Amino acid sequence: MNPLNGLGAVEEEIIRCMKCGNCQAVCPIYQELKLESSVARGKIRLAEALFKGEILATPALSERFDLCLTCLACESICPSGVKVSDIILATRRELARRKGLPWIKRALFSTLQHPRILRRGAKIAARLQDLVFRRLDSDKMQPRFPLGLERRRIFPALAPQSLLEQVEEKYSVPKPLARVALFAGCLTNYVFPGVGLATLYLLRQHRVEVVVPRSQHCCGSPLIYGGAADVVKEMARSHVALFSGFKVDAILTLCGTCGEAFHHFYPRLLQDAPGYGEKAEELAQKTMDIARFLYQLPLDRNLLKPLELTATYHQPCHLGRGLGVVQEPIELIKSVPGVRYVPLQNPARCCGNAGSFSLTHYPLSYSILTHKLKDIAATGAEVVLTGCPACRMQLLDGLSQERMPQKVWHTVELLARACGFSK
Amino acid sequence: MTLEKAIEALRRELGPQNVITAPEELICYSYDATADLPEGRPDVVVTPENTEQVVKVVKIARQFRLPIYPRGAGTNLSGGTVPLKGGIVLATVKMNRILEIDPTNLTATVQPGVIIQELNNAVAPYGLIYPPDPGTVATATMGGSVAECSGGLRGLKYGVTRNYVMGLEVVLANGEVLRCGGKTVKNVTGYDLVRLFTGSEGTLGIITEIIVRLIPAPPARETMLAGFSRLADAGNAVTQIIEHKVIPATLEIMDRVTVEVVESYARIGLPTDVAALLLIEVDGLPEVVKAEANTVKRIVAQNNGWIKTAEDEIQRENLLTARRAALPALARVKPTTILEDATVPRSKVTDMLLALEEIAKKYNLLIGTFGHAGDGNLHPTILADARDEEEMKRVRAAVEEIFRVAISLGGTLTGEHGIGVAKKRFLPWEMGETGVWVLKQIKKALDPDNLLNPGKIVDLAQEERS
Repeated sequence: MNPLNGLGAVEEEIIRCMKCGNCQAVCPIYQELKLESSVARGKIRLAEALFKGEILATPALSERFDLCLTCLACESICPSGVKVSDIILATRRELARRKGLPWIKRALFSTLQHPRILRRGAKIAARLQDLVFRRLDSDKMQPRFPLGLERRRIFPALAPQSLLEQVEEKYSVPKPLARVALFAGCLTNYVFPGVGLATLYLLRQHRVEVVVPRSQHCCGSPLIYGGAADVVKEMARSHVALFSGFKVDAILTLCGTCGEAFHHFYPRLLQDAPGYGEKAEELAQKTMDIARFLYQLPLDRNLLKPLELTATYHQPCHLGRGLGVVQEPIELIKSVPGVRYVPLQNPARCCGNAGSFSLTHYPLSYSILTHKLKDIAATGAEVVLTGCPACRMQLLDGLSQERMPQKVWHTVELLARACGFSK
Repeated sequence: MTLEKAIEALRRELGPQNVITAPEELICYSYDATADLPEGRPDVVVTPENTEQVVKVVKIARQFRLPIYPRGAGTNLSGGTVPLKGGIVLATVKMNRILEIDPTNLTATVQPGVIIQELNNAVAPYGLIYPPDPGTVATATMGGSVAECSGGLRGLKYGVTRNYVMGLEVVLANGEVLRCGGKTVKNVTGYDLVRLFTGSEGTLGIITEIIVRLIPAPPARETMLAGFSRLADAGNAVTQIIEHKVIPATLEIMDRVTVEVVESYARIGLPTDVAALLLIEVDGLPEVVKAEANTVKRIVAQNNGWIKTAEDEIQRENLLTARRAALPALARVKPTTILEDATVPRSKVTDMLLALEEIAKKYNLLIGTFGHAGDGNLHPTILADARDEEEMKRVRAAVEEIFRVAISLGGTLTGEHGIGVAKKRFLPWEMGETGVWVLKQIKKALDPDNLLNPGKIVDLAQEERS
């Protein structure tokens, strides 16, 4: 079954939904809108209707399918184990095939698809961003003009130099414990290069040899989730070819969504591509989130110096429910001396970002975020740790707008600081 | 067109944000959680925000002769919320405020759209609980669960929804607002209308406010899991526990099929060589809990069973997992899951379980049975594939036979799911023609135009034709 091939491939999943409605209890969008079409049960019925020809591929139908965070909360509670996100992706794919994508998505996807355009575009954007954004802080900005963006929204600034421009291709260490290749991901590369630098620092401290392949590019997730799976194949192929060329123990990702692309989607996208299917499978097995890798290495406690702070952890959906990385980040955080870890009431609830969802549905995305902000406030934490740059963007926006003092770091930034990294 | 005028009137009175007509939305209100039932597409869905708006909907429905189907979360299991004849689905999701918690009188007053779990969360800080806990406690609304009189795991000791509803506000089919019952423990003013509307499945009025009774949370509990290699031993243990004056809060059974399926799905180390497992929880004052648990252990041993006790909260969770996994595990075996709730007097639980095994053999079906053994409410769960018409014929025949056996054992068609559409045709088996006649007279008296949830429980239209 491959949802990236369209609706026919998920017929069996659609039939398995027994309409119990348990998904209502956990769907962040349903909890805001209270509309049956917004919860998995309703969407599955709509997918069935489209498949059976009871309903047309209207813009109104596409709107309903845009209203999904793919946060996987429904899947985790579904008694029948229905793979809801497969049904959502298959339907988005089908709708895109029948009626095309809106121009804004086409433009975005086309940029992500062409590494050179993306690199140059990001470079130019980093230089010109102050013309259209007002700086609130050295690393926070707000739109000067509407621009199709919410003016109240606070964005992190693009870094003047991307991660890949700042680092070497290879970091050798004497007698390495392991050899890894690092996949940075777009947001880490262009917006939060510090996370990549912290990762490299930590890995070297732990005697891990790292390769940072120069020609890596976008993992393709925005296209997979946006219904453009056909064009992702090329991106998957080039990453599979690139990363399979290194003799490494693991490919490390710094973001659950990128991790899912390598781990879950590339093998599905390339299963029938001659010469790539097996390689993609192999690569998928080797792909690992940084937190899981460090936890298993294991983290060397002798390197950790005390940090006096109170921290909490927000679990990114694709990292936790998607890749099953749940306990590792928490154990890593708790291993830092001096850190008081206060869990959120509901650490796994989606923050509402969901990639381009936060651009196209900002008010709804923000209402979902407010639950998370309340949860954070109640912990008394000074730092919110997380393992996804998109969640981080979302949290930064909310915390800044609500004038909350908490900082947001990637889990590796905490660990790197404890190991003496300063930036 | 009449319909367009009706929708225009609804928009005017409720505001456009509370009137839904997009086909992409309407299709999502054409079903509930019941398997193997026809769907029905509504013409419009309304989401009133208060009682006044509900009254307006009823008046517009009367004017344009459109049926109204009240709907909470749509998690019911009898087809009760399916809009069979088009018309208006009235969803109570926006009337979701807890109006008052009164710790002195031990009551809470809620709007119908409040989720059961939300009420429990809100009363927990007062050391109180609202005991009815259907499997859908995290999704079902108070309005829906009162209208369906839902039960749950704690029925044996704590009763069902009707034992906790003290007062109601109901919008009648003529658009008048009725208030009945209240906060007093004693109330014999007039007929017991609170009980009449509780379990009326939206056919007699639309519930817009509910006063429920709360009870103090039991301070201690003990949770045990017992296994038996003969079904009869498990059944006898159930009856003897209660004969020995122990009323457990939970007394649940899982049959062999269910245990096997649960173990292969959840891998929690259940022994699969048992004929039945019992999950038993006693609660109350610590000394009482201890004494009752000892009685339970003695009786299980006398009936050739083994028993495990949860030493802490983690172990308790593990034991509960076995029971909680029952439905999910069964539901994964085949695409279609038909969940029944035939109920018999407690003394007949063993007979019913044995009859279910026979029925499964006779119709060559996979039936897993679990349920509330302590109150005789079993959930035979038939696993099938709706696309296989031949198999579905056998399923329907088996369901009929399950009802026949339950009634012959002195039981009932439905312990907690309701009649709705799914069991309408079996009603005379249990109630006789006289019983059905009484139901129809009540329905006609309160809803002469058959506007409220028509075609559920009883069928007035059918009678008019014949």
